[in-house]
Amino acid sequence: MSDRVSLLRRLAPQLIALGAILFLIWLVFPAFFSLTFQNGRAYGSLIDVLNRGAPVALLSIGMTVVIATKGIDLSVGAVMAICGAVAASASVQGQPIATTLFLALSVGVICGLWNGVLVAFLNIQPIIATLILMVAGRGIAQLITEGAILTFDDPSLAFVGSGAFLGLPVPIVIWVVFATLVTLVLRRSALGMLIEAVGINRRASMLAGVNAPVLLIAAYILSGICASIAGVAIAADIRGADANNAGLWLELDAILAVVVGGTSLLGGRFSIIGSLLGAMIIQAINTGILLSGFPPQFNLIIKAAIVVVILIIQSPEAKTLLSFVNRTRPAPVAAPKGAQQ
Amino acid sequence: MDDNAILSATGITKIFPGAKALDGVNFSLRRGEVHALLGENGAGKSTLIKCLTGAYRRDGGTVTLDGEPIDPKNPLCAQALGIGTVYQEVNLLPNLSVAENLFLGRQPRRFGLIRSSAMKENARALLAKYGLDINVSASLDSYSVAVQQVIAIARAVDLSGKVLILDEPTASLDAREVEMLFAIVRDLKAKGLGIIFITHFLEQVYTLSDRITVLRNGRLVATRETATLPRQELVTLMLGHELQELSKSSHRKSEQLSEPRYRFENYGKAGTIKPFDLLVHRGEVVGIAGLLGSGRTETAELLFGLKAPDSGSKATIDGSVVSVNSPRAAIARRFGFCPEDRKVDGIVGDLSIRENIALALQARQGWWKPVSRTQQNALADQYIKALDIRTTDREKSIRLLSGGNQQKAILARWLATNPEFLILDEPTRGIDVGAHGEIIRLIENLCADGMSLLVISSELDELVTYSSRVLVLRDRQHVAELSDEEITTTHIINAIAARPSQPERSQVA
Repeated sequence: MSDRVSLLRRLAPQLIALGAILFLIWLVFPAFFSLTFQNGRAYGSLIDVLNRGAPVALLSIGMTVVIATKGIDLSVGAVMAICGAVAASASVQGQPIATTLFLALSVGVICGLWNGVLVAFLNIQPIIATLILMVAGRGIAQLITEGAILTFDDPSLAFVGSGAFLGLPVPIVIWVVFATLVTLVLRRSALGMLIEAVGINRRASMLAGVNAPVLLIAAYILSGICASIAGVAIAADIRGADANNAGLWLELDAILAVVVGGTSLLGGRFSIIGSLLGAMIIQAINTGILLSGFPPQFNLIIKAAIVVVILIIQSPEAKTLLSFVNRTRPAPVAAPKGAQQ
Repeated sequence: MDDNAILSATGITKIFPGAKALDGVNFSLRRGEVHALLGENGAGKSTLIKCLTGAYRRDGGTVTLDGEPIDPKNPLCAQALGIGTVYQEVNLLPNLSVAENLFLGRQPRRFGLIRSSAMKENARALLAKYGLDINVSASLDSYSVAVQQVIAIARAVDLSGKVLILDEPTASLDAREVEMLFAIVRDLKAKGLGIIFITHFLEQVYTLSDRITVLRNGRLVATRETATLPRQELVTLMLGHELQELSKSSHRKSEQLSEPRYRFENYGKAGTIKPFDLLVHRGEVVGIAGLLGSGRTETAELLFGLKAPDSGSKATIDGSVVSVNSPRAAIARRFGFCPEDRKVDGIVGDLSIRENIALALQARQGWWKPVSRTQQNALADQYIKALDIRTTDREKSIRLLSGGNQQKAILARWLATNPEFLILDEPTRGIDVGAHGEIIRLIENLCADGMSLLVISSELDELVTYSSRVLVLRDRQHVAELSDEEITTTHIINAIAARPSQPERSQVA
C-alpha cells in the first residue's frame, strides 16, 4: 500500500506539470483531445505527442539508468545516427527485416559496451568517455551512408517508423512495451537497487560485494540499445538515414527528460516512469507551442521557461517551503503529557 | 544566568519529522573555558551544535552571544558573528595550498588580483602562532590529518575568534598529535576564547575540559564542573544506567584451539604491507594493534581482497588453497569486512536502512535472485532490534542516522550474510560508551558462536578484553604476536614502541 502511495507522491510534480501543460494547450487549442479513427489507426494531437516523443522517451529509459549510476551518456544521439545508417544500409543491400534489426541492435550494444568499458575499467569520467563516441559516432554514420541521405524502400522496415499496431502508431507501442519490460526487469530483480547503490557510493558497494563494473557496463549497453531502437524508428519514419541530422541534440533532450522526471544527476534513486513523463512533458510543450500558433521564435524561450518552473517545483528548497506550509498540525509528542496534568 | 558567559542558549528545541531531536536544552559557555559536550550517539550533540552554528534552524529557544541575541542563518553567518567550527573530517579543500585554505574567500588583493606573496607571508605568520613551521605553498593533503586539523583551527579562530567548536577533533589522531592539539587548545583558552569540545574519549574530557554538559535523548541531563564530577557518575549521567563492566572474558588458551581454520602465509603486497603469516582458528578473536599508518587497515584490506596479494602469498581455508583477490571472492568464502571509514567505505547514504542491511546478502545472491521485500523487512527489523539501532523506522535513509547507529547497520549488513570470518576495522571508533559496550559484547558472542574474527582497534583495553592473540604492527610490518598471558596493554605498548628511533610515549588515553 505505502509503496503505491509513495510512488504517487514521488511522481506528483511531473503529473501535475503534465496535466497543467495539457490543460493550457486545451485552452488555446480546444481540439487537442479529439481523436479520430481512420484506416484502423488513431489520429489526433494527443497521439502526435506520444508518437513524436518516442525517440526521447526511448533514450530517456537508458539515460535514466546510466544517470542512476552517477554517469551520463552523451553519445546516444550519435549512436542513433549510426544505427539508423546501419539499418538503412542493410535494407538497401537487400537484407531481410530480421537481419536488419539484429544488425542495428548489435551495433547499439557494441557502442554501449565501448562506453561502458571506458567508464568501468579505464575509470574515465563518463562525460568525457561518452563525448568520444558523440563526436566520432556521427563520422562513423557518415562513412556508412557515404555522406548522402541513404533512402530505402523496404515496407516492413518502414512499418517500424510509421505503421500502426492495435490502432496505435508503432513507435508508441515500442517505447511503452520496452519501458515496461525494462522497469519490470530492474524492479522485480535486484538490479535496480544494486544500480542505485553503485550510483550513490561505488566504493562501499564494491566492498559489500556488488559487481560494480559489470553493472556499469550493463547500464551503458542498455543506453546503447535504447539509442539503437530510437535510431531505427527515426530512419524508418522518413525511409532514409540522415547521418548529419538524425538524433542531433537528442542526448540533451533525453538528459532533460530524466532531470524533469526527478532523477538526480548525482546518481542514486531513479524512476523510469518519471523520465517518461519528463519526455512527454517536453514533447507536449513542443507540440503545444506549435499548435497554439505562437511565433516560432518564441518556442525555445517558452520551453526553457516551463522547464525552469518544473525544476523549481522539484528543488529541495521548494520542498522545504512546502513542508513548512504543511506543518500546521501541532506536534503529537506534547499532547498526552498535557492531558495528564 | 552566568555573568561570564560568552555564548548562552536557552530552551533550544529542534523537531525533525517524527522525532524531537532537542527538547528545551540550556547551554552556556564561559569566556576562557573548555566545555565538553557529551552524550551517547543520537543524544543530540551534533544537533545542538548545528543549531548554534545555523546549519539547522532551531524550532524554539534563544541564543545570545556576548549578551546579544543572535539567529545565524547558516554556518557562514555564525562564523562572521564569531562562532567557528572544526569538524572531525577536516572540511577544507585538500587540493589547494595551505595558504589558500587559510585565506580562501578573503585573499589579500591588489587591483582585484590576489597577492600570493602577501598571502603566504600572512599564512606563515598565522601558523607561527600555533608553533607550526611548514611550507604554506604545499597542498593541504600533503600534510597529516593532525596538521590539517591545526590549519582548520587556525582558520576558524582567525575568522571567528569568540567561540570555537571542536567536533571530535581527536578521533583520527595518535597520542602525540592529540598532545599537540591540546596544547593549542589550552593556549586559545588562555586567550579568552570559549571552546566547545565534543569527544568520545572520557580521558580527554578529564585532561582538557573545565565543565561538562551531558545530553541524553535530546534533553539536558546536567552541566557540571569537571573537577568535581567522578568518572563513574559521568558515565551514569550519559547512559542513564550503570554501565555493565566490560568483563575480561576467560581467554581460550591458544593451544586448546583446534587446527587453524584460516592460514595466510607469506601474505603481503609490495609497497603496502610486508609479507606476514596469520593463523585464525574457529571461534577466535585475533586483535591487531599499532599506530595509525602502521599497516593495520592495509592488512585488513589485503585479507579481504581489496588489493590482490603479491605472488608467493598463500591463503588456505580448512587446508585447501584459495585465492582471495577481490571482495567478491572474499565474500564468496564467507568473509565480511566492516571498514574503518564508514562514511566513505561503509554506508550507501541515500538508501534506506533496510536496503543497506540487505545489500551484501543481495550482492552475494546475485541480481537475478532478489531478496524479497518481506525477507528484507524481517532482516532489517531483526537487526534493528538485536543491535539496538536507534531509528524511527527501517525506511529512513541511513545517512540520517548518527555515527554509532550507522556502524551498527553496517555490522548488521555483514551479520545478515552469516559470515564465518569477519574483519572489523575500528568497530568502536567514534561511538559512545553505551554502544561501545554493546559492540564488544557482540564480538564476544559471535566468537562464542564459532565465528572467526580479526579486530583492529586503537583501544588497547578493548583488544585485551576479547583477543586470544594480538598482532602488533609497526611501519607496515607485523612485528610481534602476543598470546594468552602476554596480552596486556603494557606489553602491546612496549611492542609498538620497541624501536629506539620511534620515541613513542605511552598512549594518551
